[in-house]
Amino acid sequence: MPARDTEDRVEDHAGRPDQLIRTLQQVQEESGYVSEESEQRVADALGISIGRVHGVVTFYHLFRTRPPGRHTIRLCLGTACHVLGADRILATLEDELRISVGQTTEDGLFSLEIVRCLGTCSLAPVMMVNEDVHGRLTPEKVRRVLRIYARRKGPSE
Amino acid sequence: MSGREVLVCSGTACRSAGALDVHAKLAAAVEAAGLADEVVLTGTGCAGPCARGPIVQILPDDVLYVQVSPEDAEEIVREHLVEGHIVSRLLWSEDAASPSEVPFFAHQRKTVLANSGVVDPERIDAYESRGGYAALKRALTDMTPEEIVEAVLAAGLRGRGGAGFPTGRKWRFTLDAPGAIKYVVCNADEGDPGAFMDRALLEGDPHAVIEGMAIAARAIGAQHGFVYVRAEYPLAISHLKTALAQARDRGWLGRDVLGTGFDFDVELRIGAGAFVCGEETALLASIEGRRGAPRPRPPFPARSGLYGRPTLINNVETLANVPVVLRDGPEAYASVGTASSKGTKVFALAGQIRNTGLVEVPIGTTLRELVFDIGGGVPDGRRLKAIQIGGPSGGCLPADLLDVPIDYESLTEHGAIMGSGGVIVLDDTACMVSVARFFLDFTASESCGKCLPCRVGIPTMRDILVRITEGNGAPEDLDRLRELARLVKSSALCGLGQTAPNPVLSTLRYFEDEYRAHIEDRICPSGVCTTLAQAFTIDPEACKACGKCAAVCPSGAAHGTPDETYTIDETLCVRCGACFVACPFDAVIRGARS
Repeated sequence: MPARDTEDRVEDHAGRPDQLIRTLQQVQEESGYVSEESEQRVADALGISIGRVHGVVTFYHLFRTRPPGRHTIRLCLGTACHVLGADRILATLEDELRISVGQTTEDGLFSLEIVRCLGTCSLAPVMMVNEDVHGRLTPEKVRRVLRIYARRKGPSE
Repeated sequence: MSGREVLVCSGTACRSAGALDVHAKLAAAVEAAGLADEVVLTGTGCAGPCARGPIVQILPDDVLYVQVSPEDAEEIVREHLVEGHIVSRLLWSEDAASPSEVPFFAHQRKTVLANSGVVDPERIDAYESRGGYAALKRALTDMTPEEIVEAVLAAGLRGRGGAGFPTGRKWRFTLDAPGAIKYVVCNADEGDPGAFMDRALLEGDPHAVIEGMAIAARAIGAQHGFVYVRAEYPLAISHLKTALAQARDRGWLGRDVLGTGFDFDVELRIGAGAFVCGEETALLASIEGRRGAPRPRPPFPARSGLYGRPTLINNVETLANVPVVLRDGPEAYASVGTASSKGTKVFALAGQIRNTGLVEVPIGTTLRELVFDIGGGVPDGRRLKAIQIGGPSGGCLPADLLDVPIDYESLTEHGAIMGSGGVIVLDDTACMVSVARFFLDFTASESCGKCLPCRVGIPTMRDILVRITEGNGAPEDLDRLRELARLVKSSALCGLGQTAPNPVLSTLRYFEDEYRAHIEDRICPSGVCTTLAQAFTIDPEACKACGKCAAVCPSGAAHGTPDETYTIDETLCVRCGACFVACPFDAVIRGARS
């Protein structure tokens, strides 16, 4: 029962505003995103204003305020990826998934995000799907990878 | 044929190339050959040549196999481990079995990376058996805090995260700062695109970083430490967690370490994706659970840092150098490098270069040695155009500066910076205006917005670059860019803004002709800027007549039939690039065929 767990974990940090980022990370691990209700719950538990919580949620790129798809694609747009054609990979992803960056496909299968550097520049252009790194991407390889994940049920299966 | 160790590189790049599968297949083959008692199989951190992964090394034979696939495992075990024959088809090159015979390794000097790619980073025994934690022991039992700081000063160690501030002086300030509670913070928020040495160090040798932190804590009198690591590095986080638990278990961290009365423990803080948090005051704000906005200095963190206490902030690679300084002694340490920059530096090679990967060289090595002798030069018969060094705070150096020695001062003098050591090689297909635009896109979106020069100045510069790359540049734009760059550099609050104009200034300095071609001739000489690009064409030899280009072409320029190859009508082509993206066979080419 994830909802219960989340509440427990939020309560662990009661009165510890320094643990705000960690708490929000745990909320997102459990629920996939940080809802307005979670922001309020975190604010109450840590004893800070919801304004401060929302300020942190919107400052850091990794926090989502909407539920993600089953698989999260993070395309790297770092320097090495840029010079080796990440724009072409992004166009392929947007074209295949029919969504823009920051959106989720209608069937809820894929969310598309961009990141600034995954630190795996030797594999550029590169993307992560959930926790897996896929490198040396070509439009064709992107389509192949998408087909593989489309067949899977959850991120870890 | 006994007592062998088989090292399988299990860094992020090799993993992605299938290293874990190779490891499993090797283990099965060793078992099947009845060698399980004689052969030790070790998964290691990054061995360096990421482009050639997965990497397998066999000791003590000193043989390096590259691009090993799971199917090769059985042959390696049968031929090499059982029969004693080298599997020559898996060597780097015909005449190079040992890493010392491979130029990529022969020109390096692995000091900080000495363990990475050699030891199992998840076993503290492996670290200790190679002399690990001996430096901490000495620091605790034989040295006073004063002596430790003096040693780091005498070694001439400088910060490896960017600015190159003398590490010993930072330690001195924090030691001298009044206060009973002090902190040590390891900055592992490696945000520069193109840099991955901190990731590799944390993945491949996490104990070295922990040992460096503990020595620093002893020197300045800290009881508590934090590692602030990016969330984008899950493997590094996992290895760090394991290493911290082991170090506590062995008594290297915790209360009364070695019975010396020294109390020190380290807490892990995981970032949430904000480039500006690499700036030290922003990083401290983030550890405190706030938005990562920098604040003016002074006061410097050495006097008033985390929770207002004296705080020492060092980067991962800097801290990993600390045990080396104490182990080898400051004189030996300072014997490597140049007059003003001591020791070695780790560089991440990426971009249009043959041997992408992680390398370590004495400071003062030339760019030529780095890019050509070690990196193997530019692939596909292309020509080197520029070397981008130092990430978004750095600059682009042209090919005629290849003989510049890499040290803090000479790079700064030429308009780049050492930065964290990310080196992106650009060949003649790169558009330098577009590269500058890329970096300003980056810094504009990563600006925290607190100070005006950064919040407004960088997007204004970016908009000028966008205009130029879209063919709407005006002759006076170049002067405007220079003036804005001067303003932002001199008035921004933190390092992010103060260095953000560097990619523009360095490309203007060395590649002004490219800017002029965009502005005056409305041409992108490299064909990168699509609105200025020539029409797309199709290589008839690569075309398989699948028709995908015609299916996506919005203007009817791509046409053909399944029985022949497709062509693009230049007069109809709107340069949108849809066919370029759609083609599964890379048959669509930007511009005319050469």
